[in-house]
Amino acid sequence: MNRFSYLRASDVGEVVSALKDAPAAKIIAGGTNLVDLMKYNVERPERLIDITHVEALQEIIEGENGSLRIGALVSNSALAYDARVTERFPLLSSALLAGATPQLRNAATVGGNINQRTRCYYFYDAGTPCNKREPGTGCPAKTGLNRIHAILGQSEACIATHPSDMCVAMAALEAVVHVTGPDGERDIPFADYHRLPGDTPQKDNTLLDGEVVTGITLPASSTQFSANYTYLKLRDRLSYAFALVSVAVALEKEGDTVKRARIALGGVAHKPWRRAEAEALFEGKAADSGLFARVADALIDGARGYEHNAFKIRMAREAIIRALEQASAGTPQSNIDKHIV
Amino acid sequence: MAPPAKATSAPFHAQTVSLTLNGENKTLQVEPWTTLLDLLRHDLRLTGTKKGCDHGQCGACTVLIDGERMNSCLQLAIMQDGKAITTVEGLAGEGEDLHPMQAAFISHDAFQCGYCTPGQICSAVALVNEGRAKSRDDIREMMSGNICRCGAYPNIVDAIEEVLAEQQSGSRHLEAAE
Repeated sequence: MNRFSYLRASDVGEVVSALKDAPAAKIIAGGTNLVDLMKYNVERPERLIDITHVEALQEIIEGENGSLRIGALVSNSALAYDARVTERFPLLSSALLAGATPQLRNAATVGGNINQRTRCYYFYDAGTPCNKREPGTGCPAKTGLNRIHAILGQSEACIATHPSDMCVAMAALEAVVHVTGPDGERDIPFADYHRLPGDTPQKDNTLLDGEVVTGITLPASSTQFSANYTYLKLRDRLSYAFALVSVAVALEKEGDTVKRARIALGGVAHKPWRRAEAEALFEGKAADSGLFARVADALIDGARGYEHNAFKIRMAREAIIRALEQASAGTPQSNIDKHIV
Repeated sequence: MAPPAKATSAPFHAQTVSLTLNGENKTLQVEPWTTLLDLLRHDLRLTGTKKGCDHGQCGACTVLIDGERMNSCLQLAIMQDGKAITTVEGLAGEGEDLHPMQAAFISHDAFQCGYCTPGQICSAVALVNEGRAKSRDDIREMMSGNICRCGAYPNIVDAIEEVLAEQQSGSRHLEAAE
């Protein structure tokens, strides 16, 4: 690990001014990703700004009609087991518990989860080129070990995926990210927070220099998805592995017809993958297997694989169909019994 | 010598941290880049907590921080100011030789080489205190953060199941190790 200075911030204003003072500083909270990256010399901050003592970011606050505003420092465990989340937003709870381990979930925060970096092997290995780590050096993943890489939305510069489970559920639930920077506060719809790599893969998201994530709101409208949802995660072992493909489904049903559908994929792109036109195929139609297949095809249309991950295209299609069946039947995937029904 | 801090008061050098370690108050000088794991093993010579992968993947370094299990290899020591840390050395209660979980690991032969065992035991104590595990499948899923390369998993689950059952039947009172 490189040598760095340490600053403990006591409120959001202090965080913003500390970022202004030292642009090469990094914010630290749970540390589960940043400390790991520092040990690999992928991150070499000149200063760490410890935000864990900022009281205002620790709480889950009740909004109108069941919405919740989650402070950036709420741990993944606290969020997953919060009774309001398990009741109103069970999809989020399920996705959180599909990720990492109890030890990591106790330390990891909501703000850190959305800002975590890719797990691309080449990004982590400072001895190899990587356009995300060092723009312009190239992307060895395209012709190298690419089992865990993207099949949708990738670019010539980068085929990395976003590793989060939580964010896939947040995308389907249409959460809103709250940030504060030198010019004040702003809200970012979840779909606009993460970005596709294009020719600037070094930027994972649309956070501007000097801004800090303060919280995330789960909207009241998404409480309507609490009966028909699932988070289906397919991976190389049954627990504690990143997704090869994951599917978050949130349906609002009226009898046999689907009024509203939200579907997001994890493990396949640089951001949680949604397509409004695939979701629109559902609206007002009876939920049946033919429709599920058409939705799956629309969601992954144009997918492109590489030497070691082309299998993910078929896997994604089947996983989407299976997840839609689970959500429609009101039988979400269990995180304990890993049999897929 | 590290260069001086440039702007606001953010020194490169060691800072004072006060914490409770296995029930004892400690005031320590800690460099910002020291992990809690290295503080425990190198500076305080508490070598029960093990360094396995040093990247949060194996669980050998698991300790309890304010009662919650975490990977000490990914925690910076300087951020533990005001926290209560419990390591495997501090699990046994007043007048106990062993914590009930340690005794159960011995009676079920829940290890071979023993390297992962302190982390397994700290993690298992937290699992019981969390009160969420009801079945063997729950225990297996909720112990997924602790890898045992000898493959002692069936006996580890047996040991935890026994302590869990004893706690549920009330025959033994388990307290959170503070």
